[in-house]
Amino acid sequence: MITRKRLAAGACGTLLAALAAGLLPAAAAADDRLDTTEGAPTEAPKVELVLDVSGSMRARDIDGQSRMAAAKQAFNEVLDATPEEVRLGIRTLGADYAGSDKQLGCKDTRQLYPVGKLDRTEAKAAVATLAPTGFTPVGPALLGAAKDLEGGDTTRRIVLITDGEDTCGPLDPCVVAREIAAKGTSLVIDTLGLVPNAKIRQQLTCIAEATGGTYTAVQHKDQLSQRVKQLVERAADPVVTPVATKGGTSCTGAPKLGAGLYTDREQFGEHRWYQVSVKPGQELRASVSVGADRAVDNDYGVLVRASTLSGREIVRGQESGDGRTDVISSGLRYPKADIETERGQEPPAETVCLRVSSSFSAPPSVKTAPGLPVELSIDLVDSPSNASDVASFGLGHGWWLLGVMALVGLLAGLITGWVSRWRVAVWRTN
Amino acid sequence: MRTTCVLTAALLAGAVLAGGAPAAVADETPSPPPSTDATAPTEAGTSFRTAAAVRPGQLATAGASTGDYLYWVFPADAGQNATVRARVALPPAAQRHGAQTWQLDVYDGLRRRQACTFGASTATAQKDTESVELACHLRTVRAWAEQSSNDPLPGSYYVRLTVTGLADDDLGLPARTEVRADVADAGGSRAVDGSLTAPLVPGASTAEDVKQPKQAVAAAAPEDGWTSGTWSSRWIWTAAGAALAALAGLAGYALTRGAGRPSRMSPSA
Repeated sequence: MITRKRLAAGACGTLLAALAAGLLPAAAAADDRLDTTEGAPTEAPKVELVLDVSGSMRARDIDGQSRMAAAKQAFNEVLDATPEEVRLGIRTLGADYAGSDKQLGCKDTRQLYPVGKLDRTEAKAAVATLAPTGFTPVGPALLGAAKDLEGGDTTRRIVLITDGEDTCGPLDPCVVAREIAAKGTSLVIDTLGLVPNAKIRQQLTCIAEATGGTYTAVQHKDQLSQRVKQLVERAADPVVTPVATKGGTSCTGAPKLGAGLYTDREQFGEHRWYQVSVKPGQELRASVSVGADRAVDNDYGVLVRASTLSGREIVRGQESGDGRTDVISSGLRYPKADIETERGQEPPAETVCLRVSSSFSAPPSVKTAPGLPVELSIDLVDSPSNASDVASFGLGHGWWLLGVMALVGLLAGLITGWVSRWRVAVWRTN
Repeated sequence: MRTTCVLTAALLAGAVLAGGAPAAVADETPSPPPSTDATAPTEAGTSFRTAAAVRPGQLATAGASTGDYLYWVFPADAGQNATVRARVALPPAAQRHGAQTWQLDVYDGLRRRQACTFGASTATAQKDTESVELACHLRTVRAWAEQSSNDPLPGSYYVRLTVTGLADDDLGLPARTEVRADVADAGGSRAVDGSLTAPLVPGASTAEDVKQPKQAVAAAAPEDGWTSGTWSSRWIWTAAGAALAALAGLAGYALTRGAGRPSRMSPSA
């Protein structure tokens, strides 16, 4: 009797302990690793405002004011609100040549205020001197602005404010913009049109699209200053600048990439190859975005393939779409299983070939060079712990589980009871 | 003695079930209403790299020109259901020339487009409407998935909002946008095995490189960090099942013993 009591007490204690443990939810382990890195001091971002000072800026159609007055007022507000860290410059087009010689007028662009630490009074004074004068040489102005912003590894932004399309030719400002973007790793041109006119809109959207910038149709003074302020502030946000690379035409001889962010240019129908070496126990993560920086056909897609050196496909990421878009992206993961090695020996890394291709196409009128911008992001992290069961740790869930367990427990109890009774009876009869 | 123990255990098991079952059954508990805190972003990014970080439940706003591609990024952890809602206040109807079609796309940390299980991710606004609302409910984020699958994994989720169809004359007109991402616990029934060593966050391996500016997405880790995915209500269910089995075992054993000592036995035996 006493023995049985003690046994029951023991079982009860264990049971209670187990239940109590079940009541305390395991504190979820937090991984703050990503939160600890502080933003590092980086090179100051550069912005150049490019203002059209052509004769047509005299027209008084923005809130009853002349376009020039609206632009000047907006500039004053923007100069006041420019973040401290931004290096800001101002360039004009059509500000100086008042004659009618197109050749001369189409060269008329000049840096009004150099890109550097901003002296607000000086910059404002410079802007105040402007008077609407000449032609609209957008192309040369963009080239000049790109030159002004040259150097350094920082983010660069050109904000173009104009009221007329470039009639100078033969330099198409849109082509100029694409070439500028292809040269620099991160230069964005935002455009603001002061006149709702189909031709201007077309040209300005083309310029913006070519560099990943935006186009705004300005109708009010406030809208103009707000938008320019917004664009200048955007430039101040620190972003990771990608590293320019050039993929190979086949896996052998393709550039070896480590973890990081890369850019490349890929022509229509072209394949680009890159190599990444993945050690056992590592996971390769690659994402690819191919930008549509010009007029492209309505349907498109992207394919990124990881294959072995011998050409066997490991995994692929693909995506397709249609309609208006800035980029089309896809990505892939390749966890490489860990292998046992002898102590002190480095396990051999596997070379994974990454192939990037897109199915963008364009009407014949569209220039194919330089190619479409490709952004490639590569990460190498530790391999995941693979699932050994569908359910988390193979644990159960739901009322069926409880029912089955209770039933089996009851049956086990009954059988144990009967067996022990039977044994006692047998022992007694002997 | 035995009665007390069984009673206590039954009470405890009841408490476990009461605590565990609702957590598992009451899926889709909505997040608290949007907090109007000052940290909510008032600007959107314009690419994956510049996406504005927004926390779940925050209402992110941004002024934009029609035609801009707007990007936000929010974190979603294993076992969560994410729903993204967006509202666009269109430019004044007097300035517009036709209908506009807006689209909401959600991409995971690998920039793979994620399917919306329900919600209108594309909507067309007629010329005279003032605003358009979009929504996208993602599949449950899994702790682990096969490399060849496109299943949502813990990490960053990018939201891209843009106009996909419009009259050419309407490009560049000002519009106001609002985006809100809500995450809700999907419950233990969706808890899967396996786990990633690092969430699907871009730059996970270069996050400690101080030479690079911190990517917005790194700042967008969940407030209480990424969970390791080891805890789920499955633990409670299984433990409760074990407890029930033990109790049922005791009860079954007791049944075979009858009600106490047999009367035919002498007290001294």
